[in-house]
Amino acid sequence: MKNILQHINKAFDHRIRLGIMSILMVNEYADFNTLKELLGVTDGNLASHAKALEAEEYIMIEKQFIGKKPNTRYMATKEGRKAFKDHIDALEKLIQKS
Amino acid sequence: MENYLKDIQDIKKMMDKSSQFLSLSGMAGVMAGIYALSGAFAIREIAIHNQGKVNLESYSFKLIVLIAGAVLFLSVLTAFVLTMRKAKRSEESMWNSTSKRLAINFLIPLGTGGIFAVLLMKNHYYGLIAPITLIFYGLACVNASKYTVRDVRYLGITIVILGLFATAYMGYGLQFWALGFGVCHIIYGALMYFKYDRKQ
Repeated sequence: MKNILQHINKAFDHRIRLGIMSILMVNEYADFNTLKELLGVTDGNLASHAKALEAEEYIMIEKQFIGKKPNTRYMATKEGRKAFKDHIDALEKLIQKS
Repeated sequence: MENYLKDIQDIKKMMDKSSQFLSLSGMAGVMAGIYALSGAFAIREIAIHNQGKVNLESYSFKLIVLIAGAVLFLSVLTAFVLTMRKAKRSEESMWNSTSKRLAINFLIPLGTGGIFAVLLMKNHYYGLIAPITLIFYGLACVNASKYTVRDVRYLGITIVILGLFATAYMGYGLQFWALGFGVCHIIYGALMYFKYDRKQ
């Protein structure tokens, strides 16, 4: 049991961070507005949770311009993908045990 | 423990929602099938009454093209309206990154097939038009199915197979066309309607 709990990742212990990672696992990238719409959160909320994931190096943030409009893209890193996969595996094991 | 189960469910829901456009209307498929069958029936009547007289310059040929265009226009319009309504109900936006991807991946094979069919017509290969439109439409469905419900994939595969049969049995183009665009749309559309739409 203790072994499994080690893999439960605190970085994903929030609905919005869990959501951001879920989306980036199945999409090459997602931009700010897409994430905002899918998760139903405010700008500030999304930005701060995204920053937290970036600090862990689980996601990459890429700022660019489309025409004159700024556009922020989010992508999962290799480490992020692995950490999230481990997290899901641990969740599944915990559910099976209960 | 319940929290963990909810986490897993949330993850799955987000993965599906962000990668698939699920508001596609099954009823639109049924309607498109009905339009196609009516169109095919009308074209058959024209062909019977004008045997041997249908050529590029004839009035009946223009009528056939008009009917085909009307079927296409009505189908697209119905799909658009019904999908918009369904998206509104399920609070999914109609024009988001998944529906954009769905449309682009659908239109690449479909546009190629459409241009190919027009070029064939210009070169007087009329016999190949029914099979070609079926095959490319089927491939468009298969290609787009990655971004929506799986049923679209099976619809696409069925139509591609019908297209190949239509190539093997030339001369029955209209019959295969009615079977593919008419009957298949009605069957798969109804299947999707009962599977996804009625629950809401």
